[in-house]
Amino acid sequence: MTKKLSEKVLNIKLSGIRKFFDLVSEREDVISLGVGEPDFETPWHIRDEGIYALEGGRTFYTSNSGLKSLRVEISNYIKRTQNILYNPANEIIVTVGGSEAIDIGLRALVNDGDEVIIPQPSYVSYEPCTSLANAKPVIIDLKPENDFKLTPDELEQAITDKTKVLILPYPNNPTGAIMNKKDLEKIAPIIQKHDIYVMSDEIYSELTYDGKHTSISSLSGMKERTILINGFSKAYAMTGWRLGYACAPNEIIKQMLKIHQYAIMCAPSTSQYAAVEALKNGDKDIEEMRKSYNQRRRFLIDSFKKMNIPCFEPFGAFYVFPCIKEFALTSEEFATKFLNEQNVAAIPGSAFGRSGEGYLRISYAYSLDNLKKAMERLNKFVTDLRNNK
Amino acid sequence: MREELLSLIEKNSRIGLDELAVLLGTNESEVLKELETLEKENIICGYHTLIDWEKTSIEKVTALIEVRVTPQRGQGFDKIAQRIYNYPEVKAVYLISGGFDLLVILEEKSLREIANFVSDKLSTLESVLSTGTHFILKKYKDFGTILDKKHEDEREIISP
Repeated sequence: MTKKLSEKVLNIKLSGIRKFFDLVSEREDVISLGVGEPDFETPWHIRDEGIYALEGGRTFYTSNSGLKSLRVEISNYIKRTQNILYNPANEIIVTVGGSEAIDIGLRALVNDGDEVIIPQPSYVSYEPCTSLANAKPVIIDLKPENDFKLTPDELEQAITDKTKVLILPYPNNPTGAIMNKKDLEKIAPIIQKHDIYVMSDEIYSELTYDGKHTSISSLSGMKERTILINGFSKAYAMTGWRLGYACAPNEIIKQMLKIHQYAIMCAPSTSQYAAVEALKNGDKDIEEMRKSYNQRRRFLIDSFKKMNIPCFEPFGAFYVFPCIKEFALTSEEFATKFLNEQNVAAIPGSAFGRSGEGYLRISYAYSLDNLKKAMERLNKFVTDLRNNK
Repeated sequence: MREELLSLIEKNSRIGLDELAVLLGTNESEVLKELETLEKENIICGYHTLIDWEKTSIEKVTALIEVRVTPQRGQGFDKIAQRIYNYPEVKAVYLISGGFDLLVILEEKSLREIANFVSDKLSTLESVLSTGTHFILKKYKDFGTILDKKHEDEREIISP
């Protein structure tokens, strides 16, 4: 073919994670610290409900916005965890993972040239989704001295008269940072003053280790301008089921629903039936998993302290984000060398934005035994590096 | 910390004090103190190992025995339970609601030995009215652990 493919898509960079993945997949017996998904299997009662739906022949499309019973359960869940009321009839849409909600949410909000503020380091899809929606990503480089929280000053400086949306990625992948109620109350007035929308990606909301998560949508004057995104992947270990949701005022949901209806039709029905069970009877599972994650988190923080590698204490998600600047290697060089010499895969922080340079993302969605082995190897690796100086 | 400590050592009794301290976000002396208290209070009753004997060359036969008994005045089931649980080959004795009274788990080297125990020792106890013996043919899951399952990580090595 002589005709060139979409300029917009051609200009999107391949994710740094993808590059590293190709490198890792050539090797055998790698100890990985590189996953962004729970190591737990989906709790059996949830899987069982999915099987039951299949056995009962409930294999059809659901309504575009998702099963009514699921939207009701989502509404109940947000009411009981955040005390926010979303009408299941027209303020909730069930999506194919949180990722779809990010995509269609942005597309519903922006016009060509609008600016979308993206704090980084953060999940890899905000920037390309913004570009694909013909909007302009405006990056805020979050700082370790603020524990990778978004500060009012940083936000104020990034806002222009073209600013349309702020993406708020907390609890954060890859840093593990959280924004608690007090932190959110500091930025809310700025958001309201400039009348911008917020896309709050709360996919890790159940995985916090210093008090319960607060959604920015629960603050006064925020619900009307917020798309709250969440899903089942992280809380209930349901990544492969591909199920998420967005809650927002009806005017926004109505537009998102149009895109969803034409591009997706509806989220997988088996997953939706299973998810109803997850929301009804899954609180106990979350509690158990959170306990395990918290123990591993403490173990890693302690390991880094012993190795003398600076690492702020993350209180959310299942990642730690140690700083490796002392070794005078880029994160990609460090990760590659670590892989080659010790056969351990950790993701270079730079894959999550330029401000992730000098850091590694270490996932603790692994058994303690696995983490112990990996930390032994890391210890050996950094000891060698230090001795060769 | 008590509940979390218990559930950690319930799964792995070999775990070290230093590690427990890290996992629970406290220090070793606190953990030690709590463990000693738990042992003193007889909440921790032992540190056992879960063994799948079927995979060894050692022969073992396990039976579940339903026992119906006449409770004794003033002592209920406790006295008769004690007479049964004092036998070392008896692994467990539970008081059960429903169609029978005591459930006895017995472990022996052979079927013959189990038969002997039931006919010579158990059935001849005064207050025992009847017994029903069930042999275990295969253990799938014991003490919350699936015995034959090897854990394999099927996730992609790297994901965003």
